This record gives sequence, C-alpha cells and structure tokens, in this order.
Amino acid sequence: MTAKIKEWPGTPLRDTDIKEKKVLSTEWHPNLKYAWDCGVGYGRYFAELKNGKIIGTKCEKCHRVLLPARAFCELCFRTVDEWVYLKDTGTVNTFSIAYTDVQANRIKEPQIPALIEIDGSGGVGIMHLLEEVDPKKVKIGMKVKAVWKPKAQREGAITDIKYWKPL
Amino acid sequence: MAMRKVAIVGAGMTKFMRRALETGKELAWEANKMALDSCGLTMNDIESVAVGTAPDAFDMVHMKSEYLTDGTSGWRKPTMRGFVGGGTGVFTVAQGWYHVASGLFDTCLVIGEEKMSSCMPHPQAAFVTCWDQFTESPLQASLLWFFAWEMNRYMNAHGITEREIALSSVKNKKNALDHPCAQLAAEITVDDVMNSEVMAWPVKRLDVSPTSDGAAALVLASENVARRITDKPVWIEGVGWCLDSMYVGQRDLYYPQYVEVAARMAYEMAGITEPRREIHIAEPYDPFDYKELHHIEGLLLCDKGQAPKLLADGYFNRDGNLPTCPSGGLLGVGNAIAASGVMKVAELYWQLRGEAGKRQVPGKPKKGVAQAWGDEMQVGTVVVVGT
Repeated sequence: MTAKIKEWPGTPLRDTDIKEKKVLSTEWHPNLKYAWDCGVGYGRYFAELKNGKIIGTKCEKCHRVLLPARAFCELCFRTVDEWVYLKDTGTVNTFSIAYTDVQANRIKEPQIPALIEIDGSGGVGIMHLLEEVDPKKVKIGMKVKAVWKPKAQREGAITDIKYWKPL
Repeated sequence: MAMRKVAIVGAGMTKFMRRALETGKELAWEANKMALDSCGLTMNDIESVAVGTAPDAFDMVHMKSEYLTDGTSGWRKPTMRGFVGGGTGVFTVAQGWYHVASGLFDTCLVIGEEKMSSCMPHPQAAFVTCWDQFTESPLQASLLWFFAWEMNRYMNAHGITEREIALSSVKNKKNALDHPCAQLAAEITVDDVMNSEVMAWPVKRLDVSPTSDGAAALVLASENVARRITDKPVWIEGVGWCLDSMYVGQRDLYYPQYVEVAARMAYEMAGITEPRREIHIAEPYDPFDYKELHHIEGLLLCDKGQAPKLLADGYFNRDGNLPTCPSGGLLGVGNAIAASGVMKVAELYWQLRGEAGKRQVPGKPKKGVAQAWGDEMQVGTVVVVGT
C-alpha cells in the first residue's frame, strides 16, 4: 500500500517562515506562576537541607532508605518507620558533561550533572551537579562531597547544596 | 482470558517534519483519512477512538484529544486519550486493542498526533515540566542529562564504546532513505556521529532523533469485521505495558527492566516463549541510538550488553537475521512522539503484508514486535503482531 501512495500528506515549513511572517501564526507568551507546597516527606527533607543535613526515611519492612525522604513506602504501602540522617558524601553512579542548558541554548563552560549515591542510603542516588573538577577527570565510582550554601543563604531547597566536589 | 481476536486492517500517516504548516487537527485528519481509505471504511464505520498525544505543555493546547476530535473522527463516539509520555504511541495501540478485544466495539481508530514545533524556539524548554518539581526542576535540569546518564551507565556496565553505539544512528538514518515520510534520512558514517556537536556527553547531535510534527493512524477491527475487509489482516497478538519507579536514583539505568516486564506480558499473551527465534522483525523505540540497543536487550531479543556486537555484525540490518527499525525509526523518520509509536506499529503492518515497498524486509516476516518508552524514562509499552 505504501508503494502506491504518490504524495504523502504534510507541508514542511522553515522556522523563518514563521519569524518572517511568510505564513500567519498566532502567539501567546504565558507568564504563569506556580507554588507547590512540599508536603509531609519533602517538607522535612527540605527543612533539614536548610540545616545543612541530608535526611531520608526508613521502611523497616523492606529495609530500604527512601531518598528523597517520603512519608510512606511505595513498595510496602505503609507509613515509614523513622527518619535517618545520612552523610553529605557519596559516589558518582553516572554523569554527563552538558554543553546545552535547559532551554537547549549552547553553553561554553559545561555543567556536570550526575546521579550521586548517598553514603548510608544503601546505594540510592539523587541528581545534582559536580563542580571544582576537571570534566575530563570525572569517573563513575568517584567519591564526592556536598558543598553547601552559607547558612544565611539557605532557603530549604535542593539548591541549598551548591554542588558536589571530589572528596 | 476470553478475549476476541483483534486485527489491524488499515494504516496511514503524514510526513514527519520539524515544522508543519498543518495544524494538529489537520495532521490527524490526513493520517486518519488515509488509514480509513486504505481499508475502504468511512468515519461512520468507526465505533470507538483511541487518541495518543504528548504532554499538553509541548504545544500549550489544553485538553488536546478533545481539541483534536474533529481530526480523529471522535465526535459522538466513545473517545479516550491515554498518556504515558514518549511511550504513548504504542500504548495507544494497546488501548485500541482492548476496546475491540473486550467485545465492546467492532472497530477502533487508533491515532497518534504531535505538534512539537509550536513551542518556540525549541520544545526542549517544555521538557523541564517532566522533572520532579521539588527535587529536580530547581536544578534547571535538561532532559538530555537523563539520556546522557543512561548512555554512560550502559556503556560503563558492559564496556561499550560510543562508536559501537553510533552505528545504530547510521543504520536507522540509512533505512529512512526508503521511507517517503522521513525527516532526517541520510547516508552518514560513524565518524560523522562522533564528530557531531557534543550536546551532553556522551550524547552527540547525531545520536539524537529530531523533534517533529506529524500524525499516524491505524484501523483496528474484530475478527468477523476484519475478514470482510481484508484477506491480509495483521493480528495484534500481545500487548504489554509497565511503569517503573519515578525516582531515577532508585533504578539502575544500565538496563530497561520496565521494557522487559512489558515484553514478557506481551509475549505471554502472544504465546511466544523464545522471542529470539519467533520474532522476525522489530521496531524498538530509538529516540537515541543507544536506546535502540538498550531496548533490543529489554525486549529479550539478545543478551544484556550484546546488542552492539550483533549490530556491528549486521544482525539488525534490513537484510539481517533480525531487522530492527526497518522503517528508519525515530532517528531517521522523526520523533513526533505519540505519532512515532503508532508509526512503528504501522511499519510492522506494512512489512507483514509485504507492502513496505523499498523498505520491505526479505523472507516474508510473520511476527513482529514494536515498543516505545518515555514518561519519566521509566515506561515500556509493547505490541506483538502476527499474520
């Protein structure tokens, strides 16, 4: 059947067709703002980040540390048993050297986003950024340590950790 | 399970392109009309509609399946939109399947539509809404980070090189040269991939599929209706889907476990016990070259970490033992998210009927598997078809 169709539907345009108004378009530039309350589990997680500490929760049934901290264990479907402080050190599980930002803009100095297995969590990772390291020298398995914002600048957010650097 | 047999009896699609003049409704209509015309049905013969389309944030059209209804022939009919991010296209086929398999309807139109170009200048910015708004988005995370992490982990776990992976992009873009709807068909080399711009190492520009506008549609029918329409029905023999944890640090990215779970569900339904022998042709989801290989392994079509070697041996070429992405895949035809998943099943439909023209896989394939992936990169959706 596909061989019989001579002209497949669809009309390709170029970006410039829109920009130079060769075809008509209508635009909207939304300025929307949202605020999400952090809830029970993340609420305490972020409050502890403000104190310069990483906290998780523990489920005694599956013996897991939940990180980021949550109020209930999604595997056992029960309330977690306790809050556990974890170290602010960890191991690089995987990483990238990114030359594009969130808007797909090109950046000269690359960012090094990584998944970091937090010490004491039993291998659970969180995502964050590495700095103070030559991109060429980053390796899976590398030990790293959190670099915190000064206490006065912390606001109870994941960005209270500025970045992670080699230990 | 007491379920009715369901056949694919028609298929259609638009060209995939970076930016289409047509609106989403118009793209959906074009694909829908072609699918109906191909089997001699009209919209009045369609009893139910299954719509797949990606996050509303991509084109900022709220209630998108409702918006698309005039293009999906969905008015005054049971119409349903299912959504699992990038996995949506193949998932929509599974939805259409149970509409008919359940006995509720004799026909179902399955349609995947995508209009990614409306987000200016590039839909990448809208992808930030995919991350967790508390712990991930505030880091200004690019979705490319995730793919880079996964590719890195996959390479590290098995000692795979970037060059070995690049061959998948070379193969698929070449296959797409024979697809009349392809957006990025090309004859390229492994060196071209290696020398292309590093976006988020190890991911380079030519490792990545483009963003696309486009639509693809299938007509599904119950057995008694299908037999009246065509003497070459392609049966949907198995479907499967699976969601894994949204906590990326809680999974090991080296292997797509969720694809394996979905594949096992689909294979069991299809009575397939040895997929490596019984599957003749595969359309694994390939928005990135490493993902095609990752997914081939998740679909149990080879051992973990072995896909790159088989690829290098020509095993997955169109004339190889197990052709994968003979369409040209997302890397070559384009990544019009939900439309691409439907396109993959449409390709199997055309291949199994021997109607794929220049793309036709030799040896009269009788059984194929299509798969998609996406969401927060933790969903597998699988459809097995056979003659």
